[in-house]
Amino acid sequence: MSLIAAELERNGISTVVLQLLRVAAEKVGPPRALLVPFLHGYPLDSPDEPEKQHQVIEAALQLLERTDLEPPVFEEYLKPAPRE
Amino acid sequence: MGDLNEFTLPVKLFLKTYRWRPIKSVPWAPLKKPLSESRLALVSSAGLVAADQKPFDESVRGGDPTYRVISSDIELKTLIDTHRSESYDHSGLHQDPNLALPLDRARELVATGRIGSLNDRHLSFMGSITAPGRLLRDHLPEAVSLMVEDGVDIALLVPV
Repeated sequence: MSLIAAELERNGISTVVLQLLRVAAEKVGPPRALLVPFLHGYPLDSPDEPEKQHQVIEAALQLLERTDLEPPVFEEYLKPAPRE
Repeated sequence: MGDLNEFTLPVKLFLKTYRWRPIKSVPWAPLKKPLSESRLALVSSAGLVAADQKPFDESVRGGDPTYRVISSDIELKTLIDTHRSESYDHSGLHQDPNLALPLDRARELVATGRIGSLNDRHLSFMGSITAPGRLLRDHLPEAVSLMVEDGVDIALLVPV
């Protein structure tokens, strides 16, 4: 996925990867990776739990909005604060 | 969680000795406009295909490098998981495909105005590609060109 993210970014599309396998991000170096603490097969936390899934996606979106970062970005997932 | 210890010994040994392909000169595309005006596409590596699409081929050495386009209006429960990897538990995404391709969540984000719009086309790959040369050379440029053609601004990539 990191290689796909890189090709998208080369073409002007901003990306964020929900990364389960930390070593893959560290070795390959995607532009932006949110390191999520879930089991493989569960990148968005839990099935049929829309709120939990939204929290993960919101953290990814907030990473996209950051203007203080330089690639490669590896950010640990923390449940985001509710947006005002 | 999400680390090597989840895997069987042979997979762990493979990953420990695997020659990863580092991205040279990591590209960077900062947001060009607010998310509320941006068009989102999803990218999954869960090997999902629509009922009328060819399944991914597990027998391809180095991994199937092809991709499928998933339409935004697809009924998620009709997607077929053709990734036969035993390295992860598939039951969660069978129960709720949003775990691997969160189309319902994306639609909700558009409805609340957090995201500007959802692209009509999304990309499905099969992960576990250990020899990515053919992906990079023969398939990825075309897949990415579809997203550029559609005016996609942001992509959420969801490996499993």
